[in-house]
Amino acid sequence: MTKTRATAFTAAVGLLILSGPLLAHHANAIFDVGKRVTVTGTVTEWFWANPHCLLRFDAKDDKGQMVHWVAETQAPPNMIPFGWSKLSFKAGDVVTLTLEPVKSGQALGRILQAVLPDGTTLVAGATAVPAGTAGGPPPTR
Amino acid sequence: MTHRVVVPALAAVALVALLSPVARGQQGFRRAPGAVYDVDFAGRKSGPAPRRSISGIWEFAKGGAEGIQADGVKAMPSDGKPEHELPFTAEGRAAFMANKPTFGVTLVPSAFTNDPMPGCDPQGFPRITLHNAHTEQILQTTTQVVILYQFNKKWRVIWTDGRALPKNPEVPAWDIKDSPPPESRWWGYSVGRWVDDYTFVGESNGFDDRAWLDNAGRPHSDAMRVVETYHRVDADHLEKTITIDDPKYYTRPWVALDKLPYRLQSASFEIPEQECVPSETAKYDKLFGNPAAGVDSAR
Repeated sequence: MTKTRATAFTAAVGLLILSGPLLAHHANAIFDVGKRVTVTGTVTEWFWANPHCLLRFDAKDDKGQMVHWVAETQAPPNMIPFGWSKLSFKAGDVVTLTLEPVKSGQALGRILQAVLPDGTTLVAGATAVPAGTAGGPPPTR
Repeated sequence: MTHRVVVPALAAVALVALLSPVARGQQGFRRAPGAVYDVDFAGRKSGPAPRRSISGIWEFAKGGAEGIQADGVKAMPSDGKPEHELPFTAEGRAAFMANKPTFGVTLVPSAFTNDPMPGCDPQGFPRITLHNAHTEQILQTTTQVVILYQFNKKWRVIWTDGRALPKNPEVPAWDIKDSPPPESRWWGYSVGRWVDDYTFVGESNGFDDRAWLDNAGRPHSDAMRVVETYHRVDADHLEKTITIDDPKYYTRPWVALDKLPYRLQSASFEIPEQECVPSETAKYDKLFGNPAAGVDSAR
């Protein structure tokens, strides 16, 4: 039984892994695809720009050393539908970020999720709710 | 007993549904602010198509992500599948291999790309519709069909005044008195006509071959001819098909967009601004693109 459950679970998790290729505006080759890092740090700059927005923040590593992170998102028109804006962050904000880091091990990554000082969670993905459906805005036309 | 197997499996599948949009970044349904999509009108039938009209503000019917085409043109992505292998000539394959895209089967890290677009060189046509495509507005006058594109606020004119395409695509020019001197263009020369009351066909040539066709580094030569077909399906829908005919680089014409559906937006819908800004690109490269690729870049 345990083996059967494990097999079923493994198959389902496999589906998770294979459910679709990562898609971004530039190559995925630089990222350690599938790896997740959660970091809490202090924002030093939020650069709302093409081709990618950049969030610079400082966070201490396991040894207490300050690390200067740079994390990207997609371009503004691709983030606005998910609730992101030029005003999402300001210098001094303490935020918790879920990142997909680069393979090189540098303090670089792309943001998958950000928890803001007021507890608001911003997700950098296709989670928008269609208008006219539960939780979504009404159709405008 | 069965449920002890099925429940965890379903839980894991639910996890898939919950996390996939995050894991898959920008893939999936994406709503431009204020836009409407077919999902908003499920079960509601559109009215009849107006005659000889493709005017309006058009957004991808199935969601804003439809136009990104990160892996190459929608109908023929660069994914290694045999059915998506383009019919390159030897010259075309050499041009393809000389390109260094950041997506597709020949991808390189962004620090090593020679894609003209990240440096804010013109996308040109048809790449404007085959990569990073967004909302379009189509205007019709008595002599032109004008298409306004979101990215970089570009626009094209498709002449409908009866003129012919330049006869020599390598030294193109309008055969009209006082027209500009012969030159190739990022956006080509375009003419169009109605083939029936609901189908408008544009044809273009005279292209600058520095532009790429797509984000996967597919090339085109100065001999390329593009056929774009707009079919007004009903009051709310337009289908776009794009065919590439480039005998220098491809052994036969091939379809890059195949009846991609668009949905008509409110007349008061405002197309967002999206500019490629060289200084922003330079900052991105310095802070992220170059160090991520191991290229020395002072932070």
